[in-house]
Amino acid sequence: MTEPLQPPPKKNPLKRTRVPVSPPGTRSRAATALAVMAAEGRFALQHCADCGRIQYPPRDLCRACLSGALQWRDTDPMGQLVAETAIRATPDTHFRDRLPIRIGTVLLDAGPSLICRLHGDVSGDDRVRVINRIDAAGQAILLALPLKEVPHMQDDPALRALSCDPRHRRVLITDARAPEAPALARALLKAGASRVFLGLPEAWKPFPARSELEDIGNCSIMPLDVTDIDSVRELAAGIGGKTDILINNARFIRPGGALARPDTIFARQELDTGCLGLMRLAQTFGRAMAARGEDGVNNATAWVNILPIGALVPQPGFGLSSATGAAALAISHGMRADMRGSGVRVMNLYTGPMDDEWHQELPPPKVTPSALARAIVSALIAGQEEATAGEIARDLHARWRDDPALAIREALAK
Amino acid sequence: MTAPAPYDGVVVTAPFTAPYTRFSPHPAQYWLGSALRGSLKAAGLTPRDIDGLTVSSFTLFPDTAPGLADHLGLELRWLETVTVGGACGVVALRRAARAVQTGEAGIVACIAGDANEIDSFRRLLQSFSRFAMDASYPYGAGGPNAVFALLTDHYMRKFGATREDFGRIATAQRANARRNPQALLRGALGLDDYLGARMISDPLCLFDCVMPCAGAEAFLVMSEDRARSLRLPHARIRATIERHNAFPDDPAQYRGGWAGDAPGMWDTAGIGPGDIDLLQTYDDYPVICAMQAEDLGFCSKGEGARFLASRDMTIDGDFPHNSSGGQLSAGQAGAAGGFLGLTEAIRQVTATAGPTQVAKAARALVSGFGMVNYDRGICSAAAIIEGESA
Repeated sequence: MTEPLQPPPKKNPLKRTRVPVSPPGTRSRAATALAVMAAEGRFALQHCADCGRIQYPPRDLCRACLSGALQWRDTDPMGQLVAETAIRATPDTHFRDRLPIRIGTVLLDAGPSLICRLHGDVSGDDRVRVINRIDAAGQAILLALPLKEVPHMQDDPALRALSCDPRHRRVLITDARAPEAPALARALLKAGASRVFLGLPEAWKPFPARSELEDIGNCSIMPLDVTDIDSVRELAAGIGGKTDILINNARFIRPGGALARPDTIFARQELDTGCLGLMRLAQTFGRAMAARGEDGVNNATAWVNILPIGALVPQPGFGLSSATGAAALAISHGMRADMRGSGVRVMNLYTGPMDDEWHQELPPPKVTPSALARAIVSALIAGQEEATAGEIARDLHARWRDDPALAIREALAK
Repeated sequence: MTAPAPYDGVVVTAPFTAPYTRFSPHPAQYWLGSALRGSLKAAGLTPRDIDGLTVSSFTLFPDTAPGLADHLGLELRWLETVTVGGACGVVALRRAARAVQTGEAGIVACIAGDANEIDSFRRLLQSFSRFAMDASYPYGAGGPNAVFALLTDHYMRKFGATREDFGRIATAQRANARRNPQALLRGALGLDDYLGARMISDPLCLFDCVMPCAGAEAFLVMSEDRARSLRLPHARIRATIERHNAFPDDPAQYRGGWAGDAPGMWDTAGIGPGDIDLLQTYDDYPVICAMQAEDLGFCSKGEGARFLASRDMTIDGDFPHNSSGGQLSAGQAGAAGGFLGLTEAIRQVTATAGPTQVAKAARALVSGFGMVNYDRGICSAAAIIEGESA
């Protein structure tokens, strides 16, 4: 029986905020490949292309035939618990604060047996489903879940630590004017977020969505212009210490590539918003959040960068957006390293063309505001660090994973 | 498969235990060298008299065996590193015996030991092996306690063994340790104390787990003629076995390599379990003692815990087992844990064990088990040795 998670008590300002201590983060190259799968929310194991053997822990060669042709493939995650324990003593500082830690041995239907963390509702000789998640060290951790959904399943401490669940957390959406802002706010609140802050650039301009947002409840609209460091600092001074999830959706989009215009005015604006804006947020909110990775029930947990899929596979019709996305992506990866160990995951969410005025001439499928909101919230709950929204982004991401050079050539030929 | 050649003309002698301490500022070089000095002194020899060396240690870094030879001023014509953890005593004995038998070395010193500074155990655990670093340490950092808790839980489920059964193994060893002045844990331990102890990793409690410490062990392998001319009490090697990575497809470990190799060992020795006066199992956890009792042929599979619990395992009992108190009470000085059963057995069969001496102990079976690479012990080994009275 998982106890429902209670809302956090009011923070006592006299008490020291717990300092984040990373779980063990050193892994071999083969085990790091498991983290690549975990970042995408995939339970994948090494399959030998020559003899078909499935193996775990990750190796450099097949343990059955010594072939080097090992492929990471999605694998049947079902299995049976054959042994369990509750660790009550450990020399490791991270785990010492979380005792007891329940682990077990699961014999997978696919063949290998493995040591994994256990959800609180798993015990005895239960049938289980194993998931592969990113931990606070940015490495893969396997966790066995009950086969059937149980009450308050997400509230289990082991599972919650491997998720970025919005429940009981406060979220900042950096651009209230983006078309997805109302849908996103609604989806977050529905998922249990306790408050949604929305940053409003150029507050003097008319803001038609204001009443819609105000009607939702638990939404606070606050001035924020990511192109102005003073504005970012001012908001961070106010809510930086109570932002548990930050969703950076601020963007400035104009179609076209390098040859589209005789000047760089739009390019400059696009980079100032999409790339330098991210840096300004990182320098303020990022630092505050990294310090709050162990701050109880509503610790800082996720930073989401919404990026065009062109960041990975440049789209010729949106060359400037792709360039801005690629620059922001590089910064995002750097942030992941900077925030590693704090408990805050940095998620890249790649979108296909949005169903908005700037992508009006493109054919469908396009990403609707509600589809983008759903993709963000489900990726947060699944603790992903890499996610996509929409068919086009999913398709291009898969092609990029398979062969980046080919994916880019293909995109240029269209 | 042909039977291995007998160990004719080779003996093992001069066992020495450098007294263990819970924490020590001394590095591994100090401990290994101290054990060597003690063994040589017992034999009346100097460092120049040995020309072969086996080294077992986890904490020698950045040195390896040649660096240790330089550190200790040893000139050698035969040098071996034996990194099989808890199986290192028997495996070092096997290597050294063949070297002496073939004339590649005259006298081989076998040494094992480790340093233990504050926090060094944590550092050892987090980089113990690649699979441990990748796939067990990040799961709560329970170290071997957690892995053996899983094995113990699985064993209890599969065979119906109880905590009382395991408690009897631990308490009998403590009774033995109370007669060993060098054991680190010598306080009285009853079954109620065992059952009431705090849990470390369910179902393992405090007294199921060895205490990491600093220390070292050593013995010498030489020709029987040499031992006689030096007037050294010595033991012959009747049969040995060694196996690595047996039964890798068992979902959880409930048997070790002995299960396949023990019948051959008994055939070679020409004797059976009933002819053994003293059993020294590798006792990092009681469940492993039970597993060895089964796999070595003292009882059938699944009966090990109940079998041991039903016997009197103390020094004066009907089934003397781990007469020095074993690692559970003497402490686990890293790789020295793989030697402790063997050095004690040499003392026993040469009637030099002093306060822990088992009456009329002529023949001992020593078993080793080592290297929890991921979710199980990889290395298993065993040796039957006998004194001149056998």
